[in-house]
Amino acid sequence: MGDFDYNVIIQNLPFLWQGLQLSLWLTFLAILGGIALGTGLALMRLSGFLPLSLFAATYVNLIRSVPLILVIFWFYFLVPLAIGRPIGGFYSALIAFVMFEAAYYSEIIRAGIQSVRTGQVQAGQATGLNYWQIQRYVVLPQAFQNMIPILVTQGIILFQDTSLVFVVSLRDFMTVSSIVARTEGRLVEMYFFAAIVYFVICFAGSLFVRRLQMARTS
Amino acid sequence: MISIENVSKWYSDFQVLDDCTTEVAKGEVVVVCGPSGSGKSTLIKCVNGLEPVQKGTIRVEDTEVTAKRTNLTKLRSRIGMVFQHFELYPHMSVRANLCLGQEKVLKRSPDEANEKAESLIDRVGLKEHIEKYPGQLSGGQQQRVAISRALAMDPIAMLFDEPTSALDPEMINEVLDVMVELAQDGMTMMVVTHEMGFARKVADRVVFMDEGSIVEDRQTEAFFGNPESDRAKDFLSKILNH
Repeated sequence: MGDFDYNVIIQNLPFLWQGLQLSLWLTFLAILGGIALGTGLALMRLSGFLPLSLFAATYVNLIRSVPLILVIFWFYFLVPLAIGRPIGGFYSALIAFVMFEAAYYSEIIRAGIQSVRTGQVQAGQATGLNYWQIQRYVVLPQAFQNMIPILVTQGIILFQDTSLVFVVSLRDFMTVSSIVARTEGRLVEMYFFAAIVYFVICFAGSLFVRRLQMARTS
Repeated sequence: MISIENVSKWYSDFQVLDDCTTEVAKGEVVVVCGPSGSGKSTLIKCVNGLEPVQKGTIRVEDTEVTAKRTNLTKLRSRIGMVFQHFELYPHMSVRANLCLGQEKVLKRSPDEANEKAESLIDRVGLKEHIEKYPGQLSGGQQQRVAISRALAMDPIAMLFDEPTSALDPEMINEVLDVMVELAQDGMTMMVVTHEMGFARKVADRVVFMDEGSIVEDRQTEAFFGNPESDRAKDFLSKILNH
């Protein structure tokens, strides 16, 4: 490792930072969208209304049996066909991530909703709150409190998965690192640096989760 | 005000209620007692439709609870219910617990709801705890909050499902005191409980249940003085001889 060249990293920092920003921004939006859509799917699945729950169950099982990279491809090629104009790599990737992650989030949220005691629902019913009010004010706030650690964990996985967007030629952190590595001929430095950045971000996330869990059990 | 006619209920093959008939008149306090598993809690949860019934009719005032078209949400907003395990919303302060139903169901303004919440919480002696969360209160305090939460909706009747069964013995009286006061104020009450002292003091009638049926339904004096059935005699001797 005697000829490890730090300069190649330092000189390309602005370019690498752009890539990292895209990765983080995509992760952030996909988590928000995934949780929103996932909550909807979970509520549909638990609604007790057969067409809705059947639809949600089919969606979740279908998406979960397909590789993410395929979903990204689908949306890149299918969405322009459906709406008649190209929407660009970023938005097609974002839609793909939201649709894909929603399936996983909905399963987490479904478990979270089921962890709230039935007595809480009955208390809401006894007060005259309707189904949606009970979900909104009584069940979901408690469910999300129970779920925060596992939601964050899923977010960490999602962050790692954003490296797959290279297939639609988006310049995320991983892609940008590869570009620098190849153009500068410094593969070892760049892939080492990329690994460290991913590690630091994900490990910080894991520590955060552990602190949340400790706070809950104490 | 509450009338229960020939109500039967099954959990798949198992019959939990067998042809139950009784009523609670306006201003009356009726205690429902009996051994565990006799169906008392199930019966009281049928009154506001938390549990559906397969046979029979339940009416509250002019509303038929058991009719398919009944707007249960509207009916429930007029009947208060207190649960064995309190079921306060743990993520909300006492104040928010009391205001939620008032604002979302009765559409009261926040000011109105708060005023009501404060006066009710003061009445059960918990004024200084109004900003606390349920987890910071003792069981007895939580149950008093739960009673206030139900009263905040200005109910026409109150249902109590074993309100003191989950409490430590030293906290039972503070809850019963609130209930006695409520009864003396003329509230219509249906109370599932094992507290026979409470029944003697304020109940107009006692309904005794066993194995899903109503075995006795009599004036309080008569029930305690001279129970007709062997099962009620047996139950009373077990519960009173300590």
